[in-house]
Amino acid sequence: MIRQLDWRAFGAMTRLELLLATRRLENLFVTLALPAVVLIFLAIGPVLPADGPEGRVGIAVAVVLTVALMATGLVSLAIATAYERGYGVLKRLRGSPLPVTALLGAKAVAVLVTFAVQIVLVGLLAMVLGWSPRDGPVTAIATAAPWLMLGALCFCALGLLLAGLLRPEAVLAAANGLFVVAVLLGGVVIPVDQLPGPLGLAVSILPPALVAELLRDTLGGSTANGLHAAMLSAWTTGLITAAATTFRTEP
Amino acid sequence: MPVIELEGLHKRYGDQVALAGIDLVVRAGEIVCLLGPNGAGKTTTVEIAEGYRLADGGQARVFGLDPHRDRTQIAKRSGIMLQSTELHSQIRVSEAVQLFAAFYSRPLAVPALLERVGLERVADRSYRSLSGGERARLQLALALVGRPELLILDEPTAAMDAAARRDTWALLAGLRSQGAAVLLTTHLIDEAERLADRVAIVDRGRLVAAGTPTELRQTVNRGAAADKSDVSSRREVRLELSLPLDDARVAALRTLPGLSSVRFARPGVYILGTTSVGELLVSLATWLWAIGREPQSIQLTGASLEEVFLRLTGEEATDHGANQADSAAVEASIRTDEPPTE
Repeated sequence: MIRQLDWRAFGAMTRLELLLATRRLENLFVTLALPAVVLIFLAIGPVLPADGPEGRVGIAVAVVLTVALMATGLVSLAIATAYERGYGVLKRLRGSPLPVTALLGAKAVAVLVTFAVQIVLVGLLAMVLGWSPRDGPVTAIATAAPWLMLGALCFCALGLLLAGLLRPEAVLAAANGLFVVAVLLGGVVIPVDQLPGPLGLAVSILPPALVAELLRDTLGGSTANGLHAAMLSAWTTGLITAAATTFRTEP
Repeated sequence: MPVIELEGLHKRYGDQVALAGIDLVVRAGEIVCLLGPNGAGKTTTVEIAEGYRLADGGQARVFGLDPHRDRTQIAKRSGIMLQSTELHSQIRVSEAVQLFAAFYSRPLAVPALLERVGLERVADRSYRSLSGGERARLQLALALVGRPELLILDEPTAAMDAAARRDTWALLAGLRSQGAAVLLTTHLIDEAERLADRVAIVDRGRLVAAGTPTELRQTVNRGAAADKSDVSSRREVRLELSLPLDDARVAALRTLPGLSSVRFARPGVYILGTTSVGELLVSLATWLWAIGREPQSIQLTGASLEEVFLRLTGEEATDHGANQADSAAVEASIRTDEPPTE
């Protein structure tokens, strides 16, 4: 049972996390503006195939939601946390009465709010661009929700793993680099079967492609591929374990 | 019951011994200064008391609790300042203090606290835009906001200018009179001398002396007196020059009438032992005038805390057969007015 005071600490920390998220402009660019731009580009441009039951916009939504999850978990969370660790902010907070659970909870709330805003933004924009899934957008998102959550957990765990291991400058480079490579060559924008043979095979078992596939299936009204779901669950479990065992708050 | 009790603390980092047996007690209503050169083990000691590090040997107690295991409980009653820590670059001064205020059950009013530490004019500025001194004051405010019974401050005034340093001393003295226990590390001897009820001098992980500033001075005076046969009339003159003397000049200095010994406090500062103050002052003044050097100051002294510190932390280094010219360099490197170089 968390006591009164701890709730107050948790509330204050959560408010601050949300406030800081809105002040980091580069953060807002990568989490909100970038997915919106990618969505418009993919929905209008000729990169994605126009055939299939869900149409070009339908595929684009799955792609862009995967990009959005990576932008928040792998890029934004990783870099912010790495700097907080490297500059001693986490160490200072750990020396205060703020419980570790309250700090983690506040960060989780901030990340969840970011995801929610991203999903609403992408959904609305996609509808403007002509997205009309068979059972309606809300049902489509609800069906995909478990895979959105699992993908979010997976990318957040990867981001925190980097943030706990490397110097802030190295995390900045690594997170952005991984993000760009994953979007372009990770089976996200370009489907796995259109990548050169060995590359396609290799990336098809990595989280970006798995999340993109699972979202494409479930948003399009199909059931999730069991093998994909199992592989993504394994990745997520492994990354959470790795992040939890290696994370340090010391600079 | 003491607020902090450290007994026989040992700590190694790999092959390097950081602490080799530190004992320290801090009681309510007193300020204890941990004084020592860089790398002496000051930060390791306070970080064990703060629960950040575990000692390899010995015991640490804060409020009678285990500082590592019971850290959250202890944190509710204490405030800390770490040596090098930053805040989110986008956070505003008042937001940072409000945040920490929410962690404590009876926090101070934020506007009054900001005024107390001299940050009221920058309350709406972001952390990124603050000067080093303002950042240090903000960290001090975060340490104070919970009305702590214990303050553990690691070089709190290192980044502050003279005025902020004096304000901080007054503030800490005020908290002491209200019954708070304060443990602070410093490499500034005058900070220890002005502020501390007791000083603990550490060097290479060992406690080399502890006591009130007065006790420490007496110890060294007795030690110095024991060195010399003519104890009764032995005095010292502290000569400070804007530039150090070269070797030839130092050799000339040694031949001055009335002078019995020369020690090097730091570049340009010489402690001259004499059995005849009048004779030395006359010969010294004449000589300085003859070589065209204006002294910054000439003082008659007993042992100052500065000397206590230099003797205790410098003696070992000069025992290794080093001549005095070398020892000047050694002592200069032990003098820690320079910024930390660890």
